[in-house]
Amino acid sequence: MQTRMTAPAQAPPAERAPGGAVTLRDVVKTFAAQRRGAAPVTALDGLSLDVQPQEIVAVVGPSGCGKTTLLELVCGLIAPDAGGVDAAPAALMAQRDLLLPWAGAADNAALALRVGGVPRDAARERAGALLRDFGLTGFERARPHELSGGMRQRVAFARTLLAGRPVLCLDEPFAALDALTRAEMQDWLAGTLAADPRTVVVVTHDVEEAVVLADRVVVLSPRPGRVVAELDVDVPRPRRRTDARLVALRARALEALGT
Amino acid sequence: MSALLVVLAVVGGWEAYARLSGIDEFVLPAPSAIATALVDDRALLWTNFATTAGEIAVGIAAALALGLGCAVAIHFSPLLRRGLYPLLVGSQTVPIPIVAPLLVVWFGFGLAPKIAIVALVCFFPIVVPTLDALGRVDADLRKLMRSFGASRWQTFRIVEAPAALPGLFTGAKLSVAIATIAAVLAEQAGSEEGLGHLVVQALPQFQTARAYAAVLLLSAFAVALFALLSVAERRLLPWTVQPRGTAT
Repeated sequence: MQTRMTAPAQAPPAERAPGGAVTLRDVVKTFAAQRRGAAPVTALDGLSLDVQPQEIVAVVGPSGCGKTTLLELVCGLIAPDAGGVDAAPAALMAQRDLLLPWAGAADNAALALRVGGVPRDAARERAGALLRDFGLTGFERARPHELSGGMRQRVAFARTLLAGRPVLCLDEPFAALDALTRAEMQDWLAGTLAADPRTVVVVTHDVEEAVVLADRVVVLSPRPGRVVAELDVDVPRPRRRTDARLVALRARALEALGT
Repeated sequence: MSALLVVLAVVGGWEAYARLSGIDEFVLPAPSAIATALVDDRALLWTNFATTAGEIAVGIAAALALGLGCAVAIHFSPLLRRGLYPLLVGSQTVPIPIVAPLLVVWFGFGLAPKIAIVALVCFFPIVVPTLDALGRVDADLRKLMRSFGASRWQTFRIVEAPAALPGLFTGAKLSVAIATIAAVLAEQAGSEEGLGHLVVQALPQFQTARAYAAVLLLSAFAVALFALLSVAERRLLPWTVQPRGTAT
């Protein structure tokens, strides 16, 4: 765990590119007005961010500061108006689980595999194995409505992992869950990423989630979003939320947010 | 259950009124008289019922095939959406009683004009809900598919097509109700068989009870078809009827 937190800075350049680095340089993104007469909205204005391979970066910021826009840029779903985005292939996990209601858990998790041309049975097999690792044994064929909120997020996360991308973009992955389940899922995610390290950009407005999960917390300003603070979370894992260092970091992040 | 009670009350009241008021049987036959007609004329009713039921079934099937194809085409092509969709709405405003005799002139007294009319009226109610369901797929879900590198066709096959099935079923169920009306109208415009034809013949012959029996049979058929579709929908699309978000 500790090596992963400190390794990125020392990793030789050759290892970085294929390992899944993400670089955003002075990115500007403006959206056309939604209604006639309204001013265009500048979501991001000169945002720069570097994420090292296998680093977990949490991005926190007030509502509407362009956090989702940031992830869509990294995933290549939209292009910046100015500045540069250089990111290894990334998979997006949205706040809502977006599971297909007619498909079983394994088929949902295998979505990216199916898109990639893997035959149905092979895709289902691989997805099922991962779901069993995720504690969903016996639920491989269950449809989303038969699963609890936490289980659905686990299926959605399995789907994101199976996309096979070095970078994971998580957009408020646990915001829809109740507080207890959310804490449980944060611990679970931390453990899962320890076993299968990836570059992670996780957007959240939950500062506690940020300090529990991340190697580094990036605080954005209100719209247009710009980086106003960066905090290294130099706390070994597994972390306890009551750890004094985490509590102190949480306070500093909240301060940077201006709350 | 309560529907059954309502039916019983109406039929009972009807029977009592027809018997006690001394109303002419040609004006309002008692339910018992209709039941008698159902039994006595069963051979006649059955042959004509088979004709009409066939027209309805084939007409709806044709409308489903065409409607589905049309909905998918419009869904994929903004040009068709602009060019074809207004025409579809227009097609729905065409008064069937005027078109029906024309089709008879073109296609003769056989099954073809009846099937064409049933398909014509069922087409629109199938296209609209199907198209709606295709278009209402979550934008974030499309985005997710795009982030996985899915092609337009893959997104259609994996996400949009299954999402449109409930719309298709809604269209089919709506069709069943109006298809019976369309079939009867088409038969009355010119035909030698079918329940619509039978009704037209029965009234001048003072066989009012037989006409009622024909209507009853037709309604029963529509209700049965509707029920069949509902069962099929629940079987094939279980996720649309399951309560959502009950587990925590």
